[in-house]
Amino acid sequence: MNARFAVGDKVRVREAYPPGHIRTPHFIRGKEGTVTAVIGDFANPEELAYGRPGIPKQTLYWVAFPQTGLWPDYAGPEHDTAVVDVFDHWLVGEQQ
Amino acid sequence: MTDHHHHDDDWPYPHPKQPDTEDAPFTDHMAITEAVTELLIDKNIFTADDMRKMVEYIDSKSPAEGARMIARAWTDPDFKARMLDDVNAAAVEMDIDAGTIPIRCVENTPKAHNVIVCTLCSCYPRMLLGLPPDWYKSRAYRSRMIREPRAVLAEFGTEISDAVETRVHDSTADLRYMVLPMRPKGSEGMEENALADLVTRDSMIGVTVIKDL
Repeated sequence: MNARFAVGDKVRVREAYPPGHIRTPHFIRGKEGTVTAVIGDFANPEELAYGRPGIPKQTLYWVAFPQTGLWPDYAGPEHDTAVVDVFDHWLVGEQQ
Repeated sequence: MTDHHHHDDDWPYPHPKQPDTEDAPFTDHMAITEAVTELLIDKNIFTADDMRKMVEYIDSKSPAEGARMIARAWTDPDFKARMLDDVNAAAVEMDIDAGTIPIRCVENTPKAHNVIVCTLCSCYPRMLLGLPPDWYKSRAYRSRMIREPRAVLAEFGTEISDAVETRVHDSTADLRYMVLPMRPKGSEGMEENALADLVTRDSMIGVTVIKDL
């Protein structure tokens, strides 16, 4: 699968709360980050969890979020980051 | 031997006894695990001996294997490049079985300190670091390391300068992580085996750094 995003792209995590086995943590939903690596394609865990084949595979990215964007009371410096593995279908592109 | 102990009704020590395994609650999930295991064995999917061997194999894994790889990476820049590209393949070069789940190595530098957490469950690079410590699986570590990493690191005795980025990796999906700690000052000229002895489990999780010698 051709990756939709490249390293350096600004992305936003969809703000959605579907039921089921979801590997996208709540604390990044609706948050903006930057793609720092394109990891590869993996069977979709939201499908695998229910015994289905997880096809089509989803591209997995590293997305780096500034900690100050995740936690309003974050006490550390602005360059601190959280890097989360996020699947393609959870990401939307942001205007540069 | 005569039994002079009457622990149940006369326990003279100030700390509580740890309950025997059978006295802890037997939960639904434990019952399901036992039932599924018995079914798999009864149906000859695998044998009880296969299961024992697998458990012993997992138990035999230890941080020493990850430490050997770190020491090699410190002494061989080409190996380090290959390890940062593909940990599982680099492990094969050293006759280490890192398994099939892709492991990523993240490198500490003077500008960035990496630390690993799995906020959703407790994913851990068992094939290179062995079984995870209990605190790694605790709700306190999983919820606090992502939210206030500097405070948690300080509790481990690790002070990270504000000039350095803390980079918390949340192991949410198909990867496992290990940290490549910075080689301590004063270790120049040490041999690979001696260097491996300096590498601790916690430094490969990223909650500590390796002190200069």
